[in-house]
Amino acid sequence: MAHERPTSGPMIETRDLRRTFKARKTEVEAVRGVDLTVGTGEIFGFLGPNGAGKTTTLRMLATLLKPTAGEASIAGADLRSEPQQVRERIGYVPQGGSTDPAETGRGELVIQGRLYGMNKTDAQQRAAEVLATLDLEAAADRKIHTYSGGMKRRLDVGLGIVHRPAVLFLDEPTTGLDPQARARMWDEIRALRERGTTVFLTTHYLEEADALADRLAIIDQGRIVAGGTADELKRQVAGDVVTLGVNGATERVLETVRLQPFVREATSEDGVVRLYVERGETAVPQILRLLDGAGLEAASISLHRPSLDDVFLRQTGRSLRDEAAA
Amino acid sequence: MKTARDTWLIFRRSLILTLRQPTWLIFGIMYPVLYLVFFGPLLEGAVGQSGGDVNAYNWFVPGLLVQVALFGSAFVGFGLIAELRYGVVERMRVTPMSRTAMLLGRSLRDVVLLLVQALIMVALSIPFGLTLDPAGIVLSFGVLALLGLAVAPLSYAAALALKSEDAFAPLIQGVTFPLLLLSGILLPMALAPQWLQTLSDINPLTHAVDAARALFNSDWGNPEIAIGVGLTSVLAVVAVWVAARTFGRAAS
Repeated sequence: MAHERPTSGPMIETRDLRRTFKARKTEVEAVRGVDLTVGTGEIFGFLGPNGAGKTTTLRMLATLLKPTAGEASIAGADLRSEPQQVRERIGYVPQGGSTDPAETGRGELVIQGRLYGMNKTDAQQRAAEVLATLDLEAAADRKIHTYSGGMKRRLDVGLGIVHRPAVLFLDEPTTGLDPQARARMWDEIRALRERGTTVFLTTHYLEEADALADRLAIIDQGRIVAGGTADELKRQVAGDVVTLGVNGATERVLETVRLQPFVREATSEDGVVRLYVERGETAVPQILRLLDGAGLEAASISLHRPSLDDVFLRQTGRSLRDEAAA
Repeated sequence: MKTARDTWLIFRRSLILTLRQPTWLIFGIMYPVLYLVFFGPLLEGAVGQSGGDVNAYNWFVPGLLVQVALFGSAFVGFGLIAELRYGVVERMRVTPMSRTAMLLGRSLRDVVLLLVQALIMVALSIPFGLTLDPAGIVLSFGVLALLGLAVAPLSYAAALALKSEDAFAPLIQGVTFPLLLLSGILLPMALAPQWLQTLSDINPLTHAVDAARALFNSDWGNPEIAIGVGLTSVLAVVAVWVAARTFGRAAS
């Protein structure tokens, strides 16, 4: 379909986007002023724990939820004044599925194309193309209740791209998938970018954001706490991370090493001391010597490059891994 | 134009998906058939004793058809709650399709199905002694269709608001049962004390029943035809308008 689409510059731009829910007498601020810029043709990751406001933001951008305040433009259309144009230019793949189990994969793709204005022939042709792209041809005429979880999710993505949208929104695209199906989905998402689609995805998986996203934003409690490429974000953490397992003596260990010039930051949590240091390979021997001198002992010591979890931890004081597991 | 096209698309899709699970057909007419078989003969005896000149089944069956239309459309929200859960409704809300078509396509499917059920009821009633007038059947089916268009959209609006079967089922039962008892479908309201007759007169379903009876039996001069058809039409317009807005509103 011929729409006027920006070929460069931001595909999504939001300014101070907010959403408040009223529950009885209290007001819940789910999204508290989100500013985002997503470039054309990139995979943008929106990372945060459950309940951080990811889905609420996504539903606002997909025209399903009216923002309480703020502005947004998507693929050159204004979210508030031109929702119909936004709808024509975006695809949206919701978290919990989007298909009727009694319908066939092909049936869903054809009606979807028709609802985007295609005639019957075009919709059938496009459905066949999408089925081939997503390797669903063998199951095309089977009812969807016979599909595996991974097949269903691929079909959901197919429904989102039938009309060749400029932007595709994916809400937690791999939640509930086994590792094989997840790897497969990552490949599909990368292939979408190759074909020029801008992809905006939410995830609470660090690995997913790290592996897939060209750029990402981390959201917590309705606010963006960090943004950039994964490497940029990790560099903010500065240097390396040394994790010390100490039996009970957390406070004393912290006191001993905290003020050393090579330690940028030190935190402790559940009997584990975490040090952000400039150069890990020289810091580890020094740390051990210091502890020795103070008559302290480390039960374990490990050195690693900062992960997105360290970024999240630094910004919020909590670990995303614990949040995701909870 | 776009609304008509999208309405047709949704009508076709929802009709095909419903026909793949044909149990609806049995459930929809189960109660009316039970009334026909186990209650109709009783009524026939009562009418015969009171010396009435009208065929009991020609009085009783049009009311049962209205009951088919009421139940065939009051519970359609169940299907929509399932579609909400599947994510189908949300998926379509993100497309540029007409919001009115989301409602009308499904409601017209419901009307077609309830007319098929009514036709089956008529056929089952013939062995009991129902006499048929083709013009009367066609016109009374028009009333059934209008009633479907008045009730199904409200059922959808309730389903969109409540989003759960647990809340939806008692609401619909709580509304339809009194409407049914007060409509004079089972026994003539002329037998009722005054206060009950007054309640019955307020019930829009009563007038749909009276209109369906008059039309079914080619009683063309009966003023209840205009009242019933007019009232049901107004209700249908209001219901479609309200429910289309509910479909169109972004979820809050």
